[in-house]
Amino acid sequence: MQKQAIFQSKLLPYALVAPQLAIVLIFFYWPALQAVIQSFLLQDAFGLSTSFIWFENYTELLSDPAYFETIVRTFLFSFAIAASSLSVALLLAVMADKPMRGGAIYRTLLIWPYAVAPPVVGVLWVFMLHPSLGVLSRYLRAAGIEWNPLLDGNQAATLVILAAAWKQISYNFLFFLAGLAAIPKSVLEAAAIDGARPMRRFWTVTFPLLSPTIFFLLVVNIVYAFFDTFGIIDTMTRGGPGKSTETLVYKVYNDGLIGGNLGSSAAQSVILMVMVIVLTGIQFRFVERKVTY
Amino acid sequence: MANVTLRNVRKTYPGGFEAIKGVNVDVGDGQFCVLVGPSGCGKSTLLRMVAGLETVTGGEIDIGGRVVNQVEPADRDIAMVFQNYALYPHMSVFNNMAYGLRNRGMKEAEIKTRVGEAARVLELTSMLERKPRQLSGGQRQRVAMGRAIVRQPKVFLFDEPLSNLDAKLRIAMRVEIRKLQRRLSTTSIYVTHDQLEAMTLADILVVMNGGQVEQIGNPLAVYEKPATTFVASFIGAPPMNLMSIRADEIKSQLGSAGEAGILGIRPEDFVITDQTPSGGVALPLTVEAIERVGAETFIYGSRAQDEQRVAATPGELPPGEVIVRIPGSEAPPIGQKIRVAAVRAKLHLFSGDGRTRIEA
Repeated sequence: MQKQAIFQSKLLPYALVAPQLAIVLIFFYWPALQAVIQSFLLQDAFGLSTSFIWFENYTELLSDPAYFETIVRTFLFSFAIAASSLSVALLLAVMADKPMRGGAIYRTLLIWPYAVAPPVVGVLWVFMLHPSLGVLSRYLRAAGIEWNPLLDGNQAATLVILAAAWKQISYNFLFFLAGLAAIPKSVLEAAAIDGARPMRRFWTVTFPLLSPTIFFLLVVNIVYAFFDTFGIIDTMTRGGPGKSTETLVYKVYNDGLIGGNLGSSAAQSVILMVMVIVLTGIQFRFVERKVTY
Repeated sequence: MANVTLRNVRKTYPGGFEAIKGVNVDVGDGQFCVLVGPSGCGKSTLLRMVAGLETVTGGEIDIGGRVVNQVEPADRDIAMVFQNYALYPHMSVFNNMAYGLRNRGMKEAEIKTRVGEAARVLELTSMLERKPRQLSGGQRQRVAMGRAIVRQPKVFLFDEPLSNLDAKLRIAMRVEIRKLQRRLSTTSIYVTHDQLEAMTLADILVVMNGGQVEQIGNPLAVYEKPATTFVASFIGAPPMNLMSIRADEIKSQLGSAGEAGILGIRPEDFVITDQTPSGGVALPLTVEAIERVGAETFIYGSRAQDEQRVAATPGELPPGEVIVRIPGSEAPPIGQKIRVAAVRAKLHLFSGDGRTRIEA
């Protein structure tokens, strides 16, 4: 069995991967490099003069308590989004996994939200939960809840988490469904005969066997919550009220493009980059070991 | 300890397909019942209905004097060994066996004793900490057995437990299962498509075909007096030779009155001889192929053409292929014409549709 393709010319394989490499270099490495360079520079407000200041952008950032607040907030957001979207998706997948009439339609409908663009998701939820326009806000207020995410930071945060988690449910659902399908039915039947009730069966057999899927999705969801929530935050709250929904990515945008502090913004994006590299590294290590069960 | 009784058990799927068409079986306490039949005959479905994994759409399943149609699998006090073993891949061998006991709230000390005992019997003691994927096929099979016996259930259910093993291991495990069942004397129902497994394991053999029971009985009784041509050809390898016989042939050759039917003769009941036993039959054959398996030899012969039959001596049958089984490895060469005969007592006669055995 020959698995490797053999090329006559030594140049041909390089020529074949060149377009892909060019895209990666121009659109990924070049901007990343720019960010790293920029993070060592200080520009005046009008962009007329630039000076090299070594790590001053970083030291300034890391000594800023506001930046740490944003880091903590981002992690809280990420875990809240990951936890809620994973648990809801798992619940839906377990229910959709049962044989039922119209199951295929039900499963297809559950995948739809994934096709909706993040800003649209934001707008959708804003309309539902806007303090004066929202459909749901009326019911919340009727139930005696002071609902005003435009003023209340915690409510705004809840709203963003809700919208971001909602969008991610479909993706998780799909993976959970595949993960559930991979569990042999006879193993669950054996557990049923072994006297395990449905709940116990789920926690002692299904859940452990899903753990590789859960771990994979956890990392994907955290990365999603770190970056892809930008569109949702931008359309819903623009990081406000105050800084209550400003995550690391939104801060990069706020400080750099709105605030004009390109150096600090670049330093922030470099820090973010490092975080993602670490996350991905962890994931690769664990995926290789397959989260042993 | 319990007996299992199936009363007119039926299974109809929502689409209208009838998988089980009214089955009556009575398995006595401590007996080993084997359900055998070709794939798709409903034997696995029937077993899964006893286990509670499939709903019963008609009739009653009775385990130990209690109708269990609506009882959850967990509460039927049964244990099942699956074809793919269905071990919990994330649990050690010990935990695989202990799982069912823990679910029932047994004390850890008692669990340890029981699992230890089962592991000793099944020679798994050194593997208790391993995960299923670190075991060979035969070892996994034994863990599946262990998981069933630690529970000390009323009934063991086996769903083709040996079909994933290689031939040698299969025979060894077959003997093991029989010995184990004898020792524990737990009522067992065993599904297989392997007629040899069925013959060697069963106290009661249930031959199934198309969702119905063709015959129930002691394996040797089934072998010696198959009730239908299906049973005749399914039980026994190589299968019984079946050939149609006309009414006048029955009269002239077997000396009894009757309608046209099917005559069956087992390969081993033939002898190569020039004599025609009185009341028996004789066939002229041309040897087409020889299979030597050492202790015995199978001769595949074709019967003579129609025109020869007119001139043939009384006791000969219409043409077709015939398998003859003779002891030893001495066999006539291919192409040689031989003559084989069987005595009256070894002939089986069935009605024309093969559904009824005619005792004549």
